[in-house]
Order: sequence, then structure tokens, then C-alpha cells
Amino acid sequence: MSDGAHFLFLIALLPFVGALVPGVMIRAGRTACASFTAVPTALALILLMTFAPAVLRGEVIQAEIEWLPQLGLSASFFLDGLGFLFATMILGVGLLITLYARFYLSGDDPMGQFYTYLLLFQGAMLGIVISDNILLLLIFWELTSLSSFLLIGYWKHLPEGRQGARMALAVTGSGGLAMIGGMLILGNIVGSYNLTDILAAGDLIRASDWYLPALILILLGAFTKSAQFPFHFWLPHAMAAPTPVSAYLHSATMVKAGVFLMARMWPALAGTDAWFYIVGTTGLITMVLGALIALFKDDLKALLAFSTVSHLGLLTMLLGFGTEAAAVAAVFHIINHLTFKAALFMTAGIVDHEAHTRDIKRLGGLRHLMPVTFVIGTIAALSMAGIPFFNGFLSKEMMLEEASHTKWLDSYYVVPVLATLGALLSVAYSFRFIAHVFLGPVRDDYPHKPHDPPFGMWAAPALLTVLVLLIGILPAVAEPIVTAAASAVTGADLHPHLKIWHGVTPALYMSILAILGGAVLLAIHAPLDRAWIKAPRPEAKTIFDGLVAALAAFARTITEGVHNGAISRYLAIFTVASVGLGAVAFAGGGLSERTRELLPIPPVIAVGWLMLIVATVSVVLMHRARFRALVLIGIIGLSISAGFAYLSAPDLALTQISVETVTIMLLLLALHFLPKETPRESPMGLKLRDGLIAIAAGGGVGGLVYAFLLRDIDTISDYHIANSYEGGGGTNVVNVILVDFRGYDTYGEIIVLGIAGLIIYALMQALLEGPAARRLRNVDYSQDRSRDRHPLMMVVVTRLLMPIAIMVGIYIFLRGHNQPGGGFVAGLVIAIALLMQYMASGFAWTQARQRIEYHAMIGFGVVIAGLTGAGAWVFGLPFLTSGYTYVHLPPIEEFELATAMLFDLGVFLTVLGAVMLMLYSLSRIARYAGSADVNVEAMDYDPSERQSDAEEAR
Amino acid sequence: MIEAALFFAAICYGLALLMDLWRISVGPDAADRILALDTMVINFIALLVIYGIARGTAIYFEAAMLIAMVGFVSTVAYCRFLLRGDIIE
Repeated sequence: MSDGAHFLFLIALLPFVGALVPGVMIRAGRTACASFTAVPTALALILLMTFAPAVLRGEVIQAEIEWLPQLGLSASFFLDGLGFLFATMILGVGLLITLYARFYLSGDDPMGQFYTYLLLFQGAMLGIVISDNILLLLIFWELTSLSSFLLIGYWKHLPEGRQGARMALAVTGSGGLAMIGGMLILGNIVGSYNLTDILAAGDLIRASDWYLPALILILLGAFTKSAQFPFHFWLPHAMAAPTPVSAYLHSATMVKAGVFLMARMWPALAGTDAWFYIVGTTGLITMVLGALIALFKDDLKALLAFSTVSHLGLLTMLLGFGTEAAAVAAVFHIINHLTFKAALFMTAGIVDHEAHTRDIKRLGGLRHLMPVTFVIGTIAALSMAGIPFFNGFLSKEMMLEEASHTKWLDSYYVVPVLATLGALLSVAYSFRFIAHVFLGPVRDDYPHKPHDPPFGMWAAPALLTVLVLLIGILPAVAEPIVTAAASAVTGADLHPHLKIWHGVTPALYMSILAILGGAVLLAIHAPLDRAWIKAPRPEAKTIFDGLVAALAAFARTITEGVHNGAISRYLAIFTVASVGLGAVAFAGGGLSERTRELLPIPPVIAVGWLMLIVATVSVVLMHRARFRALVLIGIIGLSISAGFAYLSAPDLALTQISVETVTIMLLLLALHFLPKETPRESPMGLKLRDGLIAIAAGGGVGGLVYAFLLRDIDTISDYHIANSYEGGGGTNVVNVILVDFRGYDTYGEIIVLGIAGLIIYALMQALLEGPAARRLRNVDYSQDRSRDRHPLMMVVVTRLLMPIAIMVGIYIFLRGHNQPGGGFVAGLVIAIALLMQYMASGFAWTQARQRIEYHAMIGFGVVIAGLTGAGAWVFGLPFLTSGYTYVHLPPIEEFELATAMLFDLGVFLTVLGAVMLMLYSLSRIARYAGSADVNVEAMDYDPSERQSDAEEAR
Repeated sequence: MIEAALFFAAICYGLALLMDLWRISVGPDAADRILALDTMVINFIALLVIYGIARGTAIYFEAAMLIAMVGFVSTVAYCRFLLRGDIIE
């Protein structure tokens, strides 16, 4: 890492950090907000400029931090000529846009939001151009799609804005998806995801069988982003965005990302026939088509949008030629296009802002009303037309020169002729921009009387036009940066000389032809326009909408077929799929010979087996009587628990019983408010089908277990048993697996459990605030009930049990690491102890004595478990590595302290909190039902009070 | 001697479990079913203790105590459901 290279990280981070600021600063006013948006951008630009001397000398600055080395992903950045050029453009134009937007946005627009999106987007773009890792580049690439979506859809109240944003996201997002595939292939070929390695391995890549798929996928990403034919249609629709956004996205940044990528990948991918024909041809078509459409657009921004499409096509074509001279021309044109196009977009914005229309047919004669804007717009448009002494001329000449000796499929004429045509059309629409907006007679029917905007608004485009002229007259000023960038693109040491006069070359004739032809086209624009309007054209938006609608309908058909809302359907699909996979696996053979004999079945176990079967069959037969089914489920839980105990897992038996108890309570709480009978809904055929599926699945699993039990198989259990004490410091294997070997899973599970508890709470809250609460109030649930709500006996017994149960819970918890027990069971046991109080003494009485919110308990649990896991980092160990030690305090025996126990504490708290929150939420329904008189006293009839009454009476 | 006694006891509790199963199946009342389920839990606890004695380990005794502590709660819940409908008032 060279000196100061770590500033690259700072440059990459600044916009993202800065994005937090505008939202806050908007409270201090609009100017303050804009100023504070400019700070991170300016700071990044200054930092970037400190690298300028080194980069212009041809050095490459690199900085790297390993991120996920296993995936080949590192946070590595590098800055060479190309990256420097783009970063300067992104940050420089970003500053100008910040200034311009300050004056452009009206008081109704949320400016803080705008600047936040702008900085996010700027950061994403910057990330693309300085990433040295293609995975990182992909991340930033997706970020530009997302943040540009926010920017394009900034005017949320406009349907065009929303639709345009959606279209841009759909097109560029799907392109990005293709590109991910391409980049992964590329990384696979080279064996590294580092861009520097990939660029150095061009020969290897081009020789690979996977070259063509990778090329096509990557180009899909670049073409969609850079609006190349046939993906050009999204760009004009993105013009629904505020003009500063258009000026930024469509001159300097977003659409240039695709061009940047092609330039970046040039050393790795260019130079083959496939590259030439795909990239060059697409660029050529896009250039001509975009220019043709632009000529007939009446909306100023649409005209500029299609002109952008056309110029992007030009750049793509130049890169597609694959020669070094063409690459120089491309790099130079990137700079020139940026200057005049950003200025033109801003001019269009000013016209729109002042005249309240940007329809060319309603404009004209503005040169008298808006002289400053006229000068700026004219200079920029003349540059776009490629008139000498403006910078657009220089790069266009170089393009024509390259086109003049490019052969396409044995033809020497196709490329030069089409390139001249493109240039000609480009001259025509540029002239039209000047003539139909600014020249001509002053009209008196503008929607709003136009005049020049304040200085702040025209300062930014004015600065850009100064650049246009400066480069146009003194091309040598751009030479260093063009040299550096072009050398970086080609990987060769280039020394181009930029000059105005190249002598009498074919390019000069083509240029003259283009300018004359363009003037002629403008003269006959009116009749041409009428013909164009009459001619039938495919409407891209309709096609796109139709395509999206068809895809959506297709997706809906599948979704609705699979997810029709009936849980029996989901379960059937899931079960059939599982059984099918199992059957396939089984048919693959490989089942070894049975090595064990069936043990004799003890009679008591046979009884348990019988209980299980009878209870299961009974549940199936009697499930309509819901309460009876619940009792039967109790038998099943008990039998399973007995099975665990018999198979030497007494702690699992205890867990099972506890879970069973809590579940039964949950179901009973819910059942109170539900019908006691399940209605008959399924027809016979459906029942038969579901029955067959259920039998197949159950039989399959049973058969699988049977097969396993009869064979000696190496399982992971052996490893766990062997390593539980040494690795995890505990002799209770189950607990060590939970808190150590599979600690990460457990951590995830307690988070899920906590979320489930919170969701139940939230759902219940929503339910009780909705119409259901009114219905609940009107139902009388209290017919023919026992009068004694809180029987004396139960209150007393549960209170006696409470401390015992808590002690047992703590005991189970503490010994869990070495003996049966652990945080999970302990949490359940204590939950049950608390639930007993709720049941016996009543909700209000218990709730009044409960100090810690259950929500907080879940939170503490997850945090404690997480911190314990993270604690391992302090010792340089991976997350959740446990440590343990033995402590000897004189009065008690030596005991063990393990970090796993802290983790277990987290599990304990989360389980307790989640279970209690669920039951608490469900039991809240009752508060809303019928007559909601809540008891404050534990007992309805307290005998001790009655006695004192008697004494008083005496 | 103890083996024979344990075997006899296990058979008895197994038969008791079957009888509970019968009671739960035929009812006739919900109260009968709840009572039978509760008895089933008790029989299960007894079996657990016997099994622990047979295996010569204290773990099952402990497990039996813990199950006894939480096992009756669902019975209480069922009863409250029948008596009051709402189990947490």
C-alpha cells in the first residue's frame, strides 16, 4: 500500500457518511442543507486531487482490506487514469449539481431527501469506478440501480416518475443480474476476483471456452445500464425525474457506468471478433437510431435523452473497434460529452423552470428574453453538433477518422456511411435545439413569462461551457488526463496528441458533409416531422409494459396455483416433494446390508407404542371435536416424552413435557375464542388424496428410521461425544452441542423465537385495535361457568410451588453444562411456574407484581448471547468459541465456569421472555371479551378478610 | 428379588396405562378424559422411577420429580378451560 493510499477508503466512504447529513441539515434551511451536501463531495474531490500528480504520471494507487477472503471478496480499491477521470467527473459534476439543485428545487420538494439520495448515488458510482474487486464492483453496481431508482422516482406524486423509475430499475436491475453471472464466470476463469489480476489475464480469458458466455452476460449489464439498443427505451422515461437528476445521471454518471465497464474490461475482453461485432455494431445502431429519434422529439429533455443514447452508442462503438486510437477517442469524447451534455440538461431545466414548458413547439425566440441562457445553451449545442472550436468537434473528428477505416463484414462503406449519418443527424437535432428554442420571433403565448434565472442557477452550466470552449480551443489542456485514462484503458503506454487541425482527411469531408446535411435537415424539418408522426413506430413503453404484464401474469399463475391460501395445499406440496426426493434418493441404491438384529420388545414399551398409535388415529378421526383432540394430543406428547426417557435422554423428556404443557395452554387460550367444532369443508376426494400423502410420508419416515436402526452407521454423534468435554468443557453432550458445537444455530434460533414472540404480540395488538375487538366485546362467553374464578386451594398451592419451581429452574440451568438440563429447559420450567400464578391468581394480580417487561427479557437474552459470542473476538477467536476454567472457592466444591454458561443465560432469558410474551399476548384477548372486570385481589373469597369482618361485627 | 418386583410393578403400570387409554377413548365426559390423562402422567412418572431403579441411576428419579412438578399444570389448564373457558383471567 503506497503512501496515503488509505485515503481511497475515505474517498469511497465520504459520500455514504455524508448522506446522513442533509436529512438533518434541512432543518437549518435550504442553503445550509445544500452547503453541507457539498462538503463531503468537495472533501472527496480534494483528496482525489492529491492523487492527481501520481496518477497522471501513470502510477496506480492501491489499497486493500480483506473482507471475506474465503469468498475472494476484499474491500480493495485502486485508482488509475480511467478511475481518476471518472471519479473527477462524478465528484465535480456532483458539486455543480448540488449547486444547481439548490435553485432548481421548489419549496414543496423535500430537499433533504433529494440530497441524501444524490449522495448515496454518488457514493455508489464512485465505488464502481475505484473498486479493485469485481464482487465489490457488483455491489456498487446494484447500489447505483437502487439509488437511481430513488432519484428518478423522486417526484413520487407523478405517475410518470414512478413508472420511469420502475422501468429503469427493471431494465438495469436485470442487466445487473446478468452481469453478476458474467463476472462470476470471469472470476472463475482467472481464479481471482481482483480486477488487477483479471485485466492482466486477458489472453487466458479470450482463449477460454467460457469467454463468449461471460462476454455476453457482462455486455448485457453494460448495455442495459448505458441504454444501448435494444435497451435504450428506459432512458427517455427516466426523464420524468427532476432535471438535476437527469443532468447528473445521464451526462456524467449512471449511463456512463456501462461505458466505464466496457472501458475497464477492455484489456480483458476486447480484441476479438465477437467483441467487435457485438459491441461495435450495437454502438453503431444505437448511435444512428438515437440521433434519428432525437430529431423528432418535441420535449427538450426527451431530445437530450435520445441524443445521450446516440452519444453513448458512439462511445460504445469506439470501444468496440478495439483499436488504441479508438480508445483514445472514446476517452476524450467521454469528457467532452460530459461537459456539453450536463450544460444542455441544465439549460433545458432552466427553460422549463422559467417558461413552465419544455415543449419545443411552444418555445422559440427566447434569445431576447433569456440572453444568458441562450449563450450557454448555444455554446453547448454547437459543441454537441461538432462545430470547430468547440470540444465536441475534436472527439467527433477522431471518431469519424476511426470509422473511415473500419471494415465491417468485408465492407469498407457500412461503418463510415452510418457514422456520417449519425453525425449528420446529430448536427440536425443540435441546430434544432438552438433554432427552435432560442431563435425565431418572440412569442406571446408562453405558459409563463420567461427571464434569466438567478446567478446560482446558471453558474454551473456556465462553468461547463467555459470548459467546452477551453478544451475546444486549447485541446492540449486535456492531454494529460486523456493520456492517463487511455493508457489505463488499453494497458499500453500511449501518447496521443490532441489538436484541432488534422489536415485534409476523409474525416474532414465527413464532418463538412454532416454539418451541411444537418442544416438542410433542419430546413425541411416541418414536413419531415409530419411524415414521422404519421409513420407507424413500435412504442417501446407499450412493448415493455406488455412484457412485464405477461411475466407478472405468468408468475401469478404459478403463485396462485401453488399458494392458494389453503394450508393443506402447501403441506401437500411440501410433503409430496419431500417424499419424492426421498424416493429418488432411495431408488439410487446404496442401502447397505442390515447389520443388526431386532431387539425384543418389552411389554411396557409395546403399551407406549399402542398408546401412540391409538391416540394418533383417534386425533385423525375425532379432530372435529377440538377439545377432545387436544386431550388426545396430550397422550401423544406424553408418549414421545416417555420414548425420550427410555432412550436415555431424560432431559429431552423433560423439555418435551414442558413444551407440551406450554403448547396446550396456548391452544386452550386460543380455543376459548374459536368454534369448538371444526366445520366440514374438504370433499371426499381431497380427503382421500391428503390421506394417501400423509400415509406415504409417515410410512416413508418410519421406514427410514427402521432402516437406520438396523444398520451400523457412522454418525456425527460419535464426534460430538468424543469432543464434548475436551472441546466444549461439558459432559452433557446435548447441551454442549446446543451452546458450543452448534452455538451459531442456537443463536439464530433464539433470535427467531424472540421475533416470533414479538410478532404474536404485534399481531394481537393490531387485532385488538381493529374491528375484531368490537366483535369480541359483543360476544358473551360467560354462560354456565363456575363462579369461583380463583379457587383458594389453587392460589395457595401455586404460591407455595413458586419458590420451589424457581429454585429447580436455577438448579437445572446451572448444572446444564455437565448434567441433564440447560437454559432452554430452565426457561420453560420457570415460564410454567409463572404461568401457574397467572392461572391461579389471575392476570391483573400477577401482572401487577411483574417487574421486567417480557420484551426487554427477549432483548437482553439475545444481547447477552451475542455479546458472549463476540467476546471470543477479544481473544482473537472466531465468533462463539467457548472458553472454560475451574474455580475453587473454599466452602464449596471446585466448580467450572464456562462462557457457554453465559450464552446459555441468553438462551434462558430469550426462551422465558418469548414464551411469556406469547401467552401474555393471547390472554390479553380475554380482557376485551364480554364483561371485562379484572380482579385486583388474588382470591375471589379471601377467608382471612371475612374473619375480620366477622370480628368487626362482633 | 428386586427384578421380579420391578417387573411386576411395570406390568401393573402398563395395564393401568391401557385402562387410562380406554377411559380417554370412551369418555363419556370431558372430565373423565382429563382425569384419565392426569392418571396417565402419574403412571408414566411411576414407570420412570421403576426404570431408574432398574438402571441403577439417579437421573431418572430427578427427571420424574421435575415431570411431576410441571406435569399437572396442563391438567389444571384443561380443568380451568372446562370450568371458566378462559384459563388466564
